[in-house]
Amino acid sequence: MDFGLDKKHEMARSLFREFAENEVKPLAQEVDETEEFPVETVKKMQKLGFLGIPVPKEYGGQGCDPLTYVMCVEELSKVCGTTGVIVSAHTSLCIDPILTYGTEEQKQKYVKPLATGEKLGAFALTEPGAGTDAQGAQTKAVLDGDEWILNGSKCFITNGKVADVYIVIAITSVVTDKRGRKKKNFSAFIVDKDAPGFSFGTKEKKMGIRGSSTYELIFEDCRIPKENLLGPEGKGFPIAMHTLDGGRIGIAAQALGIAEGALDRAVAYTKERKQFGRSIAQQQNTQFKLADMAARIEAAQLLVYKAAMAKATQKVYSVEAAKAKLFAAETAMAVTTEVVQLFGGYGYIREYDVERMMRDAKITEIYEGTSEVQRMVISGALLK
Amino acid sequence: MKIVVCVKQVPDTKGGVQFNPDGTLNRAAMLTIMNPDDKAGLEAALRIKEENGAEVTVVTMGLPKADEVLREAMAMGADKGILVTDRVLGGADTWATSTTLAGAIRNLEYDLIITGRQAIDGDTAQVGPQIAEHLGLPVISYAQNIKVDGDAVVIERQYEDRYHELKVTMPCLITALSELNEPRYMTPGGIFDAYEKDVTVWGRPDLKDVDDANLGLKGSPTKIAKASDKVRKGAGEKVVLDTDEAVAYLMGKFKEKHII
Repeated sequence: MDFGLDKKHEMARSLFREFAENEVKPLAQEVDETEEFPVETVKKMQKLGFLGIPVPKEYGGQGCDPLTYVMCVEELSKVCGTTGVIVSAHTSLCIDPILTYGTEEQKQKYVKPLATGEKLGAFALTEPGAGTDAQGAQTKAVLDGDEWILNGSKCFITNGKVADVYIVIAITSVVTDKRGRKKKNFSAFIVDKDAPGFSFGTKEKKMGIRGSSTYELIFEDCRIPKENLLGPEGKGFPIAMHTLDGGRIGIAAQALGIAEGALDRAVAYTKERKQFGRSIAQQQNTQFKLADMAARIEAAQLLVYKAAMAKATQKVYSVEAAKAKLFAAETAMAVTTEVVQLFGGYGYIREYDVERMMRDAKITEIYEGTSEVQRMVISGALLK
Repeated sequence: MKIVVCVKQVPDTKGGVQFNPDGTLNRAAMLTIMNPDDKAGLEAALRIKEENGAEVTVVTMGLPKADEVLREAMAMGADKGILVTDRVLGGADTWATSTTLAGAIRNLEYDLIITGRQAIDGDTAQVGPQIAEHLGLPVISYAQNIKVDGDAVVIERQYEDRYHELKVTMPCLITALSELNEPRYMTPGGIFDAYEKDVTVWGRPDLKDVDDANLGLKGSPTKIAKASDKVRKGAGEKVVLDTDEAVAYLMGKFKEKHII
């Protein structure tokens, strides 16, 4: 068992770190303040292949592994949670299901421009009445000749208005079981931004990750080609769940990065900040807090990297992903809260990054499966 | 067109500097980066490759660890990497280094050799021009712009207050300034590819037309008497005086220090 990174992963980390420091960090506060999607940063990431890291070269990607991708999201999120989730939602939630379930034609048509970053991707499962309980969804798709007709709406969609390609989960049939209970069967679809009948609702005003484009998607007799069904008809739910398993590793990496970024700032600040004639880093209270945070972050990192390795080598990695996301997200929230406390009054001021990090951390406990859902996945595997 | 770029792995000054007992740098113990001027030279070569088509070979002399700087160059887009490493080459000054690198480059075909102006560890700016001298090539130092024009290169050579534009027929050697360009980032796929490729490793026996007397610490005319990290200065003395008093104060200090 080897806990060290090999040379190519170390070099990839140094690349992501250098890029994050030089290109992302200087804009992080502005992106948060203005709530504007960082278009220029995404263009730069496109040029460097950051939007297709774990995708095979034959489909326009970088041919790297999930661990490399996870380190990219981690390093970006250390300085800007918004930028981290843009890459994560695009890669894990849009490219990955097409790569896993798509036909060769779908991969050629959609994965290639997504992996090169020419196009940006999004994933739409959540609806106003259906979050954790996906069965509550209302969006329907009906086959009409050579086209599917979609009706309904999706909410809280990351990369909402800026994406070009959307994975949309919709009901394609309702069956009644022996006891007379109705069960919805879902299917997954690839929807182009310019599909007729597809429009955007309101932009969400969020607590954190404020530069990410979070929108409501509206489908009104939206027509898409028959061949844009992703995977078999009626298999949309397992496709969505498997996609979220991958997505959770990305969000776990985002949470990990936010926690690491906050700790970095706490170390620097507590060495400089003087109270009672000495730096607060010389106070044992601070030292113990820093030590606890460092230990917890490293444990989170090991879980996240283990989940990324599991994605590379295993068909099913739900439990690894759930553990990584649960622990990393709660670590991000705990660490950022503690770091704001160490900063005192300055931690509460927007001028300091840690205030933003604490707001950014909260969403990692909620999206792509709440911490409660992760506990259900983990305990479900224990008790089956 | 074939371009050889010489790069050096240098200590990352952010990471602190450590020395061997003989006064030379303990390179194995320090965090390292690609020397900034060399990186600009590599970027210039990669741009020529993109615009005109070229094969870019990167050469470095150093410890086995210097393999990393070649992988980095390949991850940026260089085609081949050659590491010149041998115990007998250790402790080399600029003369022994340029002799070694010239001995390696004699094995290669080239139209253009690009080196950085100088390395941030030694700051001599001697190795590039010395390689040119060993190989009998024209050298254009301090390049702030490079353009290929047929079988020649047009170079802007920087001076303090102006630049000279020179047109030189290849083969020739150019030393590059870090102001020359903004070097590109590596790509994740480029890094993975770089670690799939082989780096050629050469030792003393692979060097062509060199004399042992000119290699390594023994072949280095420069003897380092003492080396140290940056000496920290004291806080200084701050005085607030009006003009006449300040002049008198300064004159007193200059005399006291025997400056005047």
